[in-house]
Amino acid sequence: MTQKLAPHVPQTASDDGVIEAVQAALGALILDVKDHVGEITVTVRRDGVEEACRLLRDTPGLEYQSLMEIAGVDYPSRPERFEVNYHLLSLTRNRRIRVKVMTDEVTPVPTVTTLWPVAGWLEREVFDLYGVGFAGNPDLRRILTDYGFEGHPLRKDFPMTGHVEMRYSEAEKRVVYEPVQLAQDFRAFDFLTPWNGPEYRLPGDEKAEPQAAGAPSPAPATGQAPRVEAKASTEKRDPKPYTTDHDEGARKGAGQAQAEARKPNEAKEAQLGGVKTDVPEPLPGNNKPASQGGPESQ
Amino acid sequence: MTTTTQAATEITREGKQTRRVEVSVLPEMGDQNLGDEAIRNYTINFGPQHPAAHGVLRLIMELDGETVERVDPHVGLLHRGTEKLIEYKTYAQAIPYFDRLDYCSPMCMEHSFVLAIEKLMGLEIPIRAQYIRTMMAELTRIKNHMLNLGSHVMDVGAMTPNLWLFEIREDLMQLYERVSGARMHANYFRVGGVHQDIPPSVLADIGDFLDNRLQLFEDAISLVADNRIFKQRNVDIGVVSREDAIAWGFSGPMIRATGLPWDIRKAQPYEVYDRIDFDIPVGTNSDCYDRFMVRVEEVRQSWRIARQCLQQMPQGPIGTLDRKVFPPARAEMKQSMEALIHHFKLYTEGFHVPAGEVYVATESPKGEFGVYLVSDGTNKPYRCKIRPTAFSHLQAMDFMMKGHMLADATAVLGAMDIVFGECDR
Repeated sequence: MTQKLAPHVPQTASDDGVIEAVQAALGALILDVKDHVGEITVTVRRDGVEEACRLLRDTPGLEYQSLMEIAGVDYPSRPERFEVNYHLLSLTRNRRIRVKVMTDEVTPVPTVTTLWPVAGWLEREVFDLYGVGFAGNPDLRRILTDYGFEGHPLRKDFPMTGHVEMRYSEAEKRVVYEPVQLAQDFRAFDFLTPWNGPEYRLPGDEKAEPQAAGAPSPAPATGQAPRVEAKASTEKRDPKPYTTDHDEGARKGAGQAQAEARKPNEAKEAQLGGVKTDVPEPLPGNNKPASQGGPESQ
Repeated sequence: MTTTTQAATEITREGKQTRRVEVSVLPEMGDQNLGDEAIRNYTINFGPQHPAAHGVLRLIMELDGETVERVDPHVGLLHRGTEKLIEYKTYAQAIPYFDRLDYCSPMCMEHSFVLAIEKLMGLEIPIRAQYIRTMMAELTRIKNHMLNLGSHVMDVGAMTPNLWLFEIREDLMQLYERVSGARMHANYFRVGGVHQDIPPSVLADIGDFLDNRLQLFEDAISLVADNRIFKQRNVDIGVVSREDAIAWGFSGPMIRATGLPWDIRKAQPYEVYDRIDFDIPVGTNSDCYDRFMVRVEEVRQSWRIARQCLQQMPQGPIGTLDRKVFPPARAEMKQSMEALIHHFKLYTEGFHVPAGEVYVATESPKGEFGVYLVSDGTNKPYRCKIRPTAFSHLQAMDFMMKGHMLADATAVLGAMDIVFGECDR
């Protein structure tokens, strides 16, 4: 890590010797220590996070008295998909440190409310947005989302639009929740591998044949891949066009485009080559959008 | 004897134990109720729509008479999913979301975010841009404190200072508009610099403002600073010890009111704060009055900083010359094909930020405003966690309010300086 440091960002006191001091104090609790752009990250064992934070707070010379922030991060591809990051601040030594813990959907992380009362709401927030449990937190309620909200919105598999939208119904004289209906599809442009092209399914374009790889077509087809029977693909298709529907399939489509944009190039090509040859199967002609499109265009 | 002393101590602690004392004095009455209503705590809703709640805050208060026993703040009524939205936008597209966090001090919100990106990229920015950022951040601090001091005063019963302070705020809004093009949601700090240079005429007007408007502020504060009613409403209200302030993660004026001279601008200087002479005001008693007076002094110090920035500001570019990050000037774009390509790429794809994670906190007017940014090397943030100041302060509301009167809730809340755009995100 020989990256140049920006000179005008907040400069803490020098972190010289902190890594050694932390390693000496925490010992076997540490899984990994990293120093990147002048910030120290200590990954500790999940069951030892409270002890590690206590040592960081109370060891003379470290003295990280304040817990400023707890931030969750979701990495769906990892076996333990969630990271919980504790940002500690030393007012006396004028330093910051980050303590990192990994967990999954079902394993709770020990609470640090025993050390800092401020952790109460910070852990509630991570629980609310990611669904990470905190064992020992006395008041683990939702905090930011609506009363009665379902799901954990900052997980990567939660759609950006959410699942329901709320409006006041004049007929029922109350607020009602309805499935999300988008007037326009969310546009996720693939800037990383634009030459592969995203998998657009345009309404009215259902008759387009899958073309050879490299063509500016939504269908990545390999030459010898056998065409799937039409009925196989019609089973789960919604008759409505992709842009306005709001069911699981459409959401998967949007999420898929997004996931595509994040994917490295090799993964993408591997996918195009083998696994998913039948995914962008065009809708059959006797479907509703096709029959709609016909007369209107005449 | 022992039972009576026990009973007596119980009386002092909780009024509703009175019944048991009488039972012990008159044993023949047994456990009978004497006919009075049993005293029960009374729960009220403060908000979500309440003029003193400074936004959409719902406080569920448990009252014993007029004394607050317990406060349960319900936040999140203004949750807009900012962090989720930012994950789907390029870095440049995400900056306007920061204006809408703390809409009373928009540029200070942008500041943490652009610094976080620049730290991850290892980017240097020109010195003029640093001066402009510092000056605008301090003008923003004045603007924020004008609103907070005024509304705090109004929450505890005075009207006039608020109107006078709004005069200053309006002046600042107009300067804001002339600098950035918008009165509130500026989108002015960009990665690599600021969006536009400030013309000399506007700089002159900022100087005029700094020369002439401090007196109005002093007049407004002189109405309340030594006012008997204002002191009765604020002195010794919501006292927080130093240990509590640290344990509850306080920052900004809230921690300085306890006497700890902790200011990120001094302790961890960024931009040009290390070249500028200013003082950190601290409180002595850590009550609402101290928090108010710390902010009053901060306004004077901000005034000093802004004036020094204006005096020292050199000529030069207002953004980095690295064209892969900062777009060329519009005029240059009309002449040069290279500039046009850069402009197009920056406003469609945007720049890529090297993978890594970073936590950058700046001293916003309300305290430590931090951004924890995780980049995966693409043109969009993988994760952008925003550390609001209000979250830790509001959480402390429960223990700060314990034993206070209901009417003190507005003073405590006003002195916390909470804005829900930032708290709920």
